[in-house]
Amino acid sequence: MFKIAKSKLPELLKAIAAQQELFLPVNNNGQVNFAAWFEGCNADIETLKTVKSPKDMFFPQSETLYTVKKEQHKLSVEPQALADQNFVAFGMKACDIQGIKVLDKVFLAEPVDTFYRARREHGTIVALACHEPEESCFCKVFGVDCAEPDADVVMWNANDTLYWKAVTDKGTALTEALSGVLENADAADEKAVETEQENIRAIVEKLPYTNLSLEGWNGNVTEEKFNSPVWEKLYKPCLACGTCTFVCPTCQCYDIKDYDTGHGIQRYRCWDSCMYSDFTMMAHGNNRTSQMQRFRQRFMHKLVYFPANNDGMYSCVGCGRCVEKCPSSLNIVKVIKAFEKEAANHE
Amino acid sequence: MQEMINRAKELLSDGTVNRVLGWRRGDMSYNPEPSYFETAEDLDANFVYNGFCGANLSKYMIEGSKLEGKTLVFLKPCDSYSFNQLIAEHRVDRDKAYIIGVGCMGKLSFEKIKEQGVKGITNITIDDANENITVETLYGEKTLAYKDCMLERCHVCKGKEHQIFDETIGESRDTKDADRFAEVEKIEAMSPEEKFAFFQNELSRCIRCNACRNVCPACSCRKCVFDSTKFDSAQKANVDSFEERMFHIIRAFHVAGRCTDCGECSRVCPQGIPLHLFNRKFIKDIDEFYGEFQAGVDPEAKSPLTSFTFNDVEPGVTGGRR
Repeated sequence: MFKIAKSKLPELLKAIAAQQELFLPVNNNGQVNFAAWFEGCNADIETLKTVKSPKDMFFPQSETLYTVKKEQHKLSVEPQALADQNFVAFGMKACDIQGIKVLDKVFLAEPVDTFYRARREHGTIVALACHEPEESCFCKVFGVDCAEPDADVVMWNANDTLYWKAVTDKGTALTEALSGVLENADAADEKAVETEQENIRAIVEKLPYTNLSLEGWNGNVTEEKFNSPVWEKLYKPCLACGTCTFVCPTCQCYDIKDYDTGHGIQRYRCWDSCMYSDFTMMAHGNNRTSQMQRFRQRFMHKLVYFPANNDGMYSCVGCGRCVEKCPSSLNIVKVIKAFEKEAANHE
Repeated sequence: MQEMINRAKELLSDGTVNRVLGWRRGDMSYNPEPSYFETAEDLDANFVYNGFCGANLSKYMIEGSKLEGKTLVFLKPCDSYSFNQLIAEHRVDRDKAYIIGVGCMGKLSFEKIKEQGVKGITNITIDDANENITVETLYGEKTLAYKDCMLERCHVCKGKEHQIFDETIGESRDTKDADRFAEVEKIEAMSPEEKFAFFQNELSRCIRCNACRNVCPACSCRKCVFDSTKFDSAQKANVDSFEERMFHIIRAFHVAGRCTDCGECSRVCPQGIPLHLFNRKFIKDIDEFYGEFQAGVDPEAKSPLTSFTFNDVEPGVTGGRR
C-alpha cells in the first residue's frame, strides 16, 4: 500500500495527467461533476456524490457513431474512431462502479458495443471509499461495500491522507508510474485504513435506507408487479422530466438519431429517458401511451426485468441520486416501500 | 397544518370537492411530494404542510381540471399568481378548483441546507416561529437560521397576498430581503464577452432533463416543440452549443410576459443553474419598456407582449432601447 498527504493532491493529479488522460470530480460553481482535469481545476474529492454519475466516461450522453458525407453524386461513410487513449477515472465510488458492472452486462454481452468496450479497455478506475456516507445512500441493499470498492486502485480518505492500494494489473502499472509522488505505507497506515473501513461500515449500518427490503422483487413476479394498482397512485406527482434517468449510474437506454449537417448526416446516439413521450417510438406510434406506463417501465426495468435477465443482478445500485434530485421527491425507495406496504395490507 | 386537514375533510365530506391536492409526507424530513387525497383517513395519516412544501401545485391543476368534479387545491401566495396566469391562458378551469390560499413563511431548500456543511440528515425540526431549523445528522446536530436555508425566490418574495382564493388559512410572512433585479443588473453591467462566458459556464452543466420546462406553469403546451420527433434538433443530445445558445433562451422567450417568476425552474434544476435570471431579465425589460407588469395578478389584463399600441417601444439592435 502507498499513501500521499491530501495537501499534495494537486501534485498527484498532475503526475497522473502527465501519464494519461484524467477525469475526476470538479466543482463548477457549487456543482460537482466528473470532468477532464486541467491545471488549476477545482478538484473536489470531498463531495460524496457528483450530480451526474460518472457513467459518461464510458457511455457519454451523446456520441457520434458515423458520418455520411455527400460529395457531388457520391456518398461516403466514415465510422467514428474508437477510443484509443488510456485514461484514468479518479475518485469513483463503489456504487458507481457497481453501475459500470450493470452497464457491462448490457454493452459487453453479444453483440458487443465496440464504442463502450474500447472505453472500458482503456480506462483505469481509481476508486475512493466513501468517507462519510449520507442518508440517501443505500448501496448495502444491493451488496455493495462502500468501504472497499471493487476497482483497479482503491483509495481511502482519512487523517488528511489518501491511502492508495493497487488491486489489478492496470492499477499496479499506474501505481508504478506514480512512484515519484506516492510514498510507501507502513503497518500503522494499514491499521488506519482498517479503522476507516470500520467507521464507514458502522455509519452504513445507521443509514435510514440500509435495511430496505427487496423481498418480493426478484424472481418470477413480472405479471404480479406489472398489473399492480399501486403504480396508478405512485406515478401521479411525476413531472415526466428525465432527471432521475440522467443522473442515474445504470440507466442505459439510448436513442439513435440523424443530424443533418447540410452536406451529409451525422448519426449519433444520445441517452434517452423512459420518462419521455417519444421513448421507444416506432412506426406504428408509441407502445407506452401514458405517464403511468412510462413511470412503471423505469422501475420494472430496474427491479424485475433486469434481474430476470442477468442472474438476479438489480439495475439499481443505491447511489441515492434520484432521492436527492427528483423535483417531485419521487424515487425508487418510495416505490419499493409502497409495494412493501401494499403487500402488508394484503396479508 | 391541522386546520388545513380539518377543512379539507369538511369539504370532502360535504361533497364540495371530490379530492384534495396537497403534499404527502415523505420518508425523510425534506421530501414531501405533491399528491391527491380522497379520504379523511389518508389526510389524517399522510397530509403534510411545512417549509419543504415548495412545489407549486398550480401546474398540477392543468390535469386536475380534467378530472370529474372539483379539486381542493392549496396554493401559497406565489403559486396563486401561476394559477391566475393559467386561467388567462385557458389552461385551467376556475370552476373545477376550490382554492384555499395557505400561509407561507418562506420555503426551504435542501441544497442550501447541504451547502452549509450538513451531511447524513436523519431529522429536521423547524421551530414554531420559523426562525431556526435543527438538523440532526449521523455526524452531529446543527442549528441553522431559517433564512439561510430558504429558496432564492423567497428572498425576493412577491408578498403575502394571494391573488386568487376561495378562502385562506394560516399566516404568511414577507421574506423579501434582497432586490429582485440585483442579479440581473450585475449581468447587465458585464461586457458581451463576459455575459457569454457567464451563461456558457452556467448552461454547460445542463443535462437536458427538461425538469425546468416540465415544472414550469408557463410551459403548458400539450406537446413541446422540443419533443417533436420531426424537429431536427439535438433535443436530447446534450450537444454543447445547443443548450448554451438555444434551448433555454428559446424557452425564456416563449414564457416572456407570462412568467410570474415563481422560481420553480431554479428550484428543480439538478445542476443548480440559475435559470430564473433569464426570465427576470425579461420581466425587468418589460417593466422598463411598457410600465410595471406582473403576470398572474389579473387574469383579464392584457399582456404587454401580446397587445399592441402605437406608443410601443421598438427595442432592437439598431434602435437601442427605444
